[in-house]
Order: sequence, then structure tokens, then C-alpha cells
Amino acid sequence: MRARAWFGALALIIGATMPVPVLAQGGPVKVVATFSILADLARSVGGDKVAVTTLVGPDADTHSYQPTPSDAKAVAAADVLVTNGLGLEGWLDRLKGAAGSRARTIVASRGIAALTMEEEADAAGQARPDKAKRVSDPHAWQNLANGQIYVANIVAGLAEVDPANAGFYRQTGKAYNAALAALDRKVKDEIAAVPRTKRRVITTHDAFQYFGKAYGIAFIAPLGISTENEPSAGDIGRLERQIKSERIKALFLENVTNPRLIEQIAKDTGAIVGPPLYSDALSKPGGPAASYAAMFEHNAATLVAGMLMN
Amino acid sequence: MTATYAFLIAPFLEFSFMRRALVGCLALAIGSGPVGTLLILRRMSLMGDALSHAVLPGAAIGFLVGGLSLVSMSIGGAIAGLAVALISGLVTRMTALREDASFAAFYLASLALGVLIVSTHGSSIDLLNVLFGSILAVDDAALLLIAGIATVSLLVLAVIYRPLVMECFDPGFLRSVGGHGGLTHTLFLVLVVINLVAGFQALGTLMAVGLMMLPAAAARFWAREVWTLSLTSAAIALASGYVGLLLSYHANLPSGPAIILTAAACYCVSLLVGTRDSVRTRYFVRSHIHV
Repeated sequence: MRARAWFGALALIIGATMPVPVLAQGGPVKVVATFSILADLARSVGGDKVAVTTLVGPDADTHSYQPTPSDAKAVAAADVLVTNGLGLEGWLDRLKGAAGSRARTIVASRGIAALTMEEEADAAGQARPDKAKRVSDPHAWQNLANGQIYVANIVAGLAEVDPANAGFYRQTGKAYNAALAALDRKVKDEIAAVPRTKRRVITTHDAFQYFGKAYGIAFIAPLGISTENEPSAGDIGRLERQIKSERIKALFLENVTNPRLIEQIAKDTGAIVGPPLYSDALSKPGGPAASYAAMFEHNAATLVAGMLMN
Repeated sequence: MTATYAFLIAPFLEFSFMRRALVGCLALAIGSGPVGTLLILRRMSLMGDALSHAVLPGAAIGFLVGGLSLVSMSIGGAIAGLAVALISGLVTRMTALREDASFAAFYLASLALGVLIVSTHGSSIDLLNVLFGSILAVDDAALLLIAGIATVSLLVLAVIYRPLVMECFDPGFLRSVGGHGGLTHTLFLVLVVINLVAGFQALGTLMAVGLMMLPAAAARFWAREVWTLSLTSAAIALASGYVGLLLSYHANLPSGPAIILTAAACYCVSLLVGTRDSVRTRYFVRSHIHV
């Protein structure tokens, strides 16, 4: 009896503190981006007309994100939700439902020709058709041409929610996309300067499929597609053999995986561990990859320096 | 012959990470075997589990201060584990609460604090690195640490062996001959903590305790004396490490779980067909009257 009264009171308190969604009247458009790269794009397009909140912040991993109550609050209060799509944010629907969000969702990757990857990729990159399930690869932003589609989608979404400033969004989006196109040409030139046979690197996480396709680099991954699984001794053995037989020197860590293991592999094989590449998250402000464009410049320069050692 | 060689030995000759992992298992087995055996004799089997969680906030603080550095994480983990062990011991002696209850209280608080620290200050993937270390990533410094801890454990155990065993069976007698039960017990808890710290470098906090308790529990079905129990337990731990690594290599399984599951399989087999008090000897061998 008493317990029931307690639960009743608790339910009332929870009900009373649940935020009620209100559409923004004046003031900046409240945008919630699921991770740091989308947040940077939304800020670049929206300027001071938007207030952007990020769910998965810099240097954090989208794959193992756990929503906090303040995230739910931000989602509940949002006018616009910028998401990547392609299966990256599996937790989003539940979070939206729990928060009672009525925000308009922009799927930034809409209209992109998605590449697929095996859900259970073999460590050595060999296909296992008997076991593997093809799923779409969400890391589409790792190609600057796709980045421009992301920007166009965000522009369209913001213009729809905030028609008064639609002209502003189209203009900033256009200028930003011109800058991305210029950067795209620059990155292509830099990488083309590396001899074709040297364009191979090993990195901890195969988030670079789009990058590799667009700019002609072979990325070889020691781990599967997710940062969750622990490699087996067999996986590492095959990788070390591969490094030795193919004479790859360029070994890269990501900002979100176990660095100890790859340092040990480098020591065993004589490869050189390069500075971190940024794939799923930007660095903190002041870091080498604080924005989408800076991330690309940093990654390209780092990769070129590494590949020249091969 | 060559096939057997290629299957059982070649992986270790070809890859130095396999050799290092095996040596790591050997050192862990030597340290954890006796400690696990004594934990079981003292009816403290679950205490190791509690302490392994208690290590987390210290390791997390060590990680925040020194990054993914062996020294800072080990020192932090050891300090946190010892603090929980000593405070629980103190509470037990000063209040009416039994030791297992105060251990439960402090390790839960400690674990929650660890998760809090890791998730507010680091990115979430770092927590996984703390919880599931990888024996394949053990480097020379970690090997020296594990081997050093095994050495220290054996030396300290040699010194406190008699009073410790005596306290297991007859604490009243130990006190009557002027032994210091409390001091011995504290020293033993220190050993448990440092062995767990060694284990979490290799297998992660969650599985460090597995290599300590499972072989010790399995040994119970084969040996009788405390020293033979310890030896059997260390041998089973080493064998589990070797077989687990081979499994991980040939069958593509993650190495930590492969090692622990091998130890668990040893336990099940021992339980069924061991020479002492096993299912087989109790129910399927006609007992002699004097047993």
C-alpha cells in the first residue's frame, strides 16, 4: 500500500519534470546534432541563426554512446535533429521516443550512394560470404563530395523549419560547399603526388572506406568494423604476417581504439605508428581536427607523410 | 608430426606477441595459483571478485593522470584495491558488520565511482580498455610488472605461510601461541590486490579474477595438501593460458574469454572426473568402508 503511494508520487514527479516540446518563437533554431562532425556542419551552415547541441562530443565514440538525461532534455527541446543515418545512430529512435521529441529530423546522408560493408568483417579483410551480412557503411562523411551532399541536406532542412532565414542558409551553404570543393581538389592533388604502389596504410578501424575509394588509398584494418570486438590471436598473427610480407610501414591509430595493441604490433614488425587520424569524431577545440575541414586536412597530410615511408 | 608442431608450437615461434602472452600467463599462474587456493581455503572465493571491481576507480584515476600508462594505472588500481580491503577489514573489526557485507558495500561504491570517473572524464571506449585489457597487447614493461608481482607474492607467502594456513583452520590456536592473525590477514589481502592488478594488465579487471579462482577451484578435486593444491592450481592456470591462446589463434576467438573458458572447462572436467571428492568418486566408484 505504502509502496504504491511512493510509486504514484514518483510518477507524478517524473511527469512534472518531463520537458514539454515547444516550437521556438524567435531566437535561434535549436539544433541537436548526433555527433561532433554533424554539429560542425550545422554550425557552418546556420551561423548565429542556430544554437547547436552535440550528443556525442569530440573524441567520443558514436558506436558505444549512452544517452544521459541532459541529452534527452536537449532532444526534447530541439526544433531540428541532424542525424547521419545509414545505421550509425541505432539508439536514436529510442531516445527520441523517450524524450517525446517532435523535432524535424534531417538525415544528412540522404541521396548518397552508400557503400556496404560486412557486418562481421574478417580481420585480414578477406570476405567470408558464408557468415557475413552486408550492411551499409555509415562513414560517408569521409569523402568531401559526400560532405557537400550533407551540407545541402542540412541547408534544405533548416530552410524548411526556419523559412524566414532560408536565403541566409542557402548562401552560407553555397559558400561553405565551394570551400569544401576546393579542399577536395587540394587533397586529391596531395595524394596523387604519392606513387600509386605506396598508397597503402593500416589503421585500427575501417571507417575510411569512402576516403579510400574517393582518393585512391588502400586501407587495411586489423579490427572489424565496430570498436567493440576484441581481436583474436589469429587476427593479429595474420596482420603481422601481412605487414611483413607487403612491407607496409604506415600504421595509424584512430582517436578511439586501443592504442597499446597497435603499438605492440608496430614494435614486433618494425612499422612506424603515425599520429592519430580522426574518423568518427573531431578533436577538442584547439586540437588538430577541431572542424570538418581541419579534420580532412589533418588526415590527408598525416596519411601522405605516412605513405611516403612505405 | 609436422602438423602437430605447426598446430601446437609454430604460432609461438613465429610471433613474439604469442610468446609474451604465454610468459605473461606463466607469471600470472605462478602468482595466482597459491593466492587463489588460499582464498578458497579461507572461504573468500567471491572476495577476489569484489576486489577486482574495487580496483577500477584507482585505475581510472591513474588513467586520467597518466594516460594509458602501465605504471600510473597499476599504482592507482593497487591503491584503490588496498583502500577497499583495509577499510572493509577495519569496519569488520570495529562494528558488527561481517566482512563479506562490508566488502560488498565498499566494492559496489568503488565500482560506481570508477564508472562515474571514466564516463565523465574520458571517452567511453577507454572504459572498455580498462575492463578488458588484452593479453595480446602485453609489452615488456607489463611482463616485468607481472613477473615482479609473482615473485613478491611467492616470497611473502613463504614468510606468512604457517600463520596463514593455521588461521584458515584454527584461528583460536594461532592466537593462543601468540600469532598475529590480523597482520597475516592484511598481508594476504595485499597479495590478493597486487595479483589482481597484475591480472588486469593482461586480461582486464573482469577476467583477472577468473584465472585466480577457476584453476584453484579445479585443483580442489585433484590435490589434498595446501602446497600440492597451489601447485596444481598454478599448473592448471598455465595450461589454460596455453590452450586458450592456441584456441584464440586457430579458432579466431578473443584471447581473454578463450583463456577463462578453458579454465572453466578444466573446472568442469575436474568436478566430474577428479580423483578427490568429484562426482565420479562420490557416486560411481564403490567406496571402501574406511573412506
